[in-house]
Amino acid sequence: MEFQTKSFWHYFKQNRLAVAGLAIILVVFFIAGTASLIAPYDPGKTNVSKKLKSPSSEHLLGTDQLGRDVFSRMLYGSRISLSVGLVAVAISLVIGVFVGAIAGYYGRWADAVLMRFVDIMLCFPSFFLILTVVALLGPSMLNVMVVIGITSWMGTSRFVRAEFLSLRERDFVQAARALGMKDRRIILRHILPNSLAPVFVTATLDVATAVLVEAGLSFLGFGVQPPAPSWGNILTEGRTYIFDAWWLTVFPGLAILMTVLSFNLLGEGLRDALDPRLRGRR
Amino acid sequence: MAHNEYLLQVRDLTKYFYRQRFFSSDREPIRAVDGITFSIRKGETLGLVGESGCGKTTAGKAILRLIEPTSGQVLFKEGNILDLNREDLRRLRPHMQFIFQDPYESLNPRMRVGEIVGEGLEVHRIAQGKDKADRVSEILEKVGLHPGDAIRYPHEFSGGQRQRIGIARAISLNPQLIVADEPVSALDVSIQAQILNLLMDLRDQLGLTYLFISHDLRIVKHISDRIAVMYLGKMVEMANGEDLFRRPLHPYTQILLQAIPKLDPSKRSQGAPLREEFCPHDLKKGCLFQPRCPHSKEKCQMEEPLLLDHGEEHLVGCHFVS
Amino acid sequence: MKTPLLEVRSLTTQFFTEDGVVRAVEDVNFEIHPGEILSLVGESGCGKSVTGLSLLRLIPIPPGKIMSGELLFEGRDLLGLEEREMERVRGNDISMIFQEPMTSLNPVFTIGNQIMEALQLHQNLDKKEARRRAIEMLDRVKIPSPEVRIDSYPHQLSGGMRQRAMIAMALSCQPKLLIADEPTTALDVTIQAQVLRLLKEIQGEMGMAVMLITHDLGVVSEIADRVAVMYAGRIVESGPIEAIFGEMRHPYTRGLLESIPQLEEKKKRLNAIPGQVPNPMDLPTGCKFHPRCHLMIDDCKKEEPPLYPVNKNHFSRCIRWKECC
Repeated sequence: MEFQTKSFWHYFKQNRLAVAGLAIILVVFFIAGTASLIAPYDPGKTNVSKKLKSPSSEHLLGTDQLGRDVFSRMLYGSRISLSVGLVAVAISLVIGVFVGAIAGYYGRWADAVLMRFVDIMLCFPSFFLILTVVALLGPSMLNVMVVIGITSWMGTSRFVRAEFLSLRERDFVQAARALGMKDRRIILRHILPNSLAPVFVTATLDVATAVLVEAGLSFLGFGVQPPAPSWGNILTEGRTYIFDAWWLTVFPGLAILMTVLSFNLLGEGLRDALDPRLRGRR
Repeated sequence: MAHNEYLLQVRDLTKYFYRQRFFSSDREPIRAVDGITFSIRKGETLGLVGESGCGKTTAGKAILRLIEPTSGQVLFKEGNILDLNREDLRRLRPHMQFIFQDPYESLNPRMRVGEIVGEGLEVHRIAQGKDKADRVSEILEKVGLHPGDAIRYPHEFSGGQRQRIGIARAISLNPQLIVADEPVSALDVSIQAQILNLLMDLRDQLGLTYLFISHDLRIVKHISDRIAVMYLGKMVEMANGEDLFRRPLHPYTQILLQAIPKLDPSKRSQGAPLREEFCPHDLKKGCLFQPRCPHSKEKCQMEEPLLLDHGEEHLVGCHFVS
Repeated sequence: MKTPLLEVRSLTTQFFTEDGVVRAVEDVNFEIHPGEILSLVGESGCGKSVTGLSLLRLIPIPPGKIMSGELLFEGRDLLGLEEREMERVRGNDISMIFQEPMTSLNPVFTIGNQIMEALQLHQNLDKKEARRRAIEMLDRVKIPSPEVRIDSYPHQLSGGMRQRAMIAMALSCQPKLLIADEPTTALDVTIQAQVLRLLKEIQGEMGMAVMLITHDLGVVSEIADRVAVMYAGRIVESGPIEAIFGEMRHPYTRGLLESIPQLEEKKKRLNAIPGQVPNPMDLPTGCKFHPRCHLMIDDCKKEEPPLYPVNKNHFSRCIRWKECC
């Protein structure tokens, strides 16, 4: 797959939903980066006299049962969601690319062993695996990231393996071999850069999944622990008051929905723009 | 003739591909290259011709161990290449290079021309930094490109120019032997001539030895000193180029030469009396060409002919050389 | 002189891409007479295939567009026809075969089905009669045991056989004109010789006209009656085959021929044409060949030369045609 920047942007731009997704993601990133500057209140500061106030000009998204400002907590919560998503996917990418590259490049028994291992990993229902591991290790943000990372690399490794299998037979890779290059150099300089485009697509989609998993874990109490705010645990706490204070569940729910949707739209847009076979169908 | 004159000697080289089948004990291989033997002298160009599927590209790649041969010997620089371990093979690679057919496939799309051409220098610690850049400029000029092209990417070039980049990469390490696999057949006619001229100039300037693989008999005749004709993995005839065209002895060579379109409309060929194409791999004994041969006799079905010298290094593998 | 079967008048086809306008075919004029083989020869991107597709109105629109011109087939302008009428012309009056038969043969139907389909559609034959005719056609293109092969699928045939099956399909409705776009380029040289001979034979028997599109002057010299050499979307020289090969009057034609190694003599170097084929989005001024031409003078850069008549059948688009060659 030849990656040519100009036509890539040309096709990407045509996909309005993907562009919207990218815009929303950029906004979320901006918010996460500047949360401490734009948050009107300290997200941990309680004020029982102001508990469960509905949205107003003073508290844009209202307050919770301890009188904390939901808007400020949401802003800080975006940091958690994004960093869990990105770090988990980074871990999964490193493992997935490494396993896929070794299996695809060396083939034979390395391939057989690694791919059977992938098959075994895929047999576990991953959400319950994550729950079990977190229950054993104790819930913390770091544990959540690592556990999501090491249970979600299998798709990437299969993908990378397939790319490596076809790329290693290409003439320019054979030419590198004919020049007497070592395997490490051939893998890192000749094959890997040409296999990354589709990997980025899956990585983007994986971020969406990871954000969702983190929210689910926090909702179940196995994720980020209160009082640290995450979209998942704001949602959990709000659950009790769902009939009295709708804003406690609706806003974090919307935030999760929008972020996950945006990553999915972006991923699909990237895939379409990178795959010439899909071009022109729109 | 003394052996030390030869730069490359290939003995009984074979490459079999085994069909991967589940639940089947069928181990009858595809004999892509089936025991070929030849030698190339220093500075000589040997043309390897044959039609698609005759195994000429597989042979070229197996000689350089870009694919692993099944058996045989490849003697190059006082040793058998097939005996070398990975590291020794890697160290020998600068002396033998490959030029690929498809200039759109053979260059890494994400590397600049300068990196593509200079990478070998860097890997083998021949030149680094400024020195490398100078060497790259020199090599680019040698193949008819501009030194400034080093910072551009392959997709900015036309097919002919890309093939020049591939040639620059191949000569960057001062090789002695170059295996060129159909190096002009993906190019336009007017560009083909430029690249052929370039290959011949480089041969003279750098003292290169070529194994030139092609299906185009005109081109092979033009560039080669000697020509070897392959059919279904075997060599059927090998001779000095002039001799082969004047006096083709194997019926397949004769038909092949007759089939070349003439460039003179007043001398239109009457067409080749060749029987239909034939699925090769189920033939167990006898001459491989026999099912299509116009002169086939009983002996041809029973016995496989050997490649024998009929004088002046003219080798033919046919029972009935006239 | 006979009336031509097809008369192409100032055909101009362009492609509108995001990078700019590709002037693929520019003001091309030629005619094909019944029973003759006209060859359109040139290198990749010269517009020869686009010309062929334009004749059948098979240019993808967009990005392509036939900007102007007339395609008079038996006096009727094909560009003025409704799409429904054009469908009746394709396959029936004018057929086309391509380089890679696999792309135009449907892999899930037998070759017999595909030939019969055309016969049933265009000639209103019933199934039995269509099958009889299909077998006859396969026999005619020298496919051995046609009554068996008619039930083969395309992948069961070798490359040469597939091309024969393609020819049988294209000729089943006895078209008056066959457009053959690089029909032998994918084939081995021995098979190429057979297919070319077959094409010539059948053409003679059926008396149809053939437009042979190719880059290979060897193929041209084997079967063509007349030749039009194309460069950068234009016809630069046209004439009878003997004239083009014997007394060419355009430096490009000469350069093409001299680029091919001769079997008879051993020359040290080939007289290659220098430079690259021009980018069709950024063509040079004046004569499109001037940057690569050894006869170039200042006038060549100024104005595009017209087709000068060398004699009544032979034309050259070169102001120095008298000195050339």
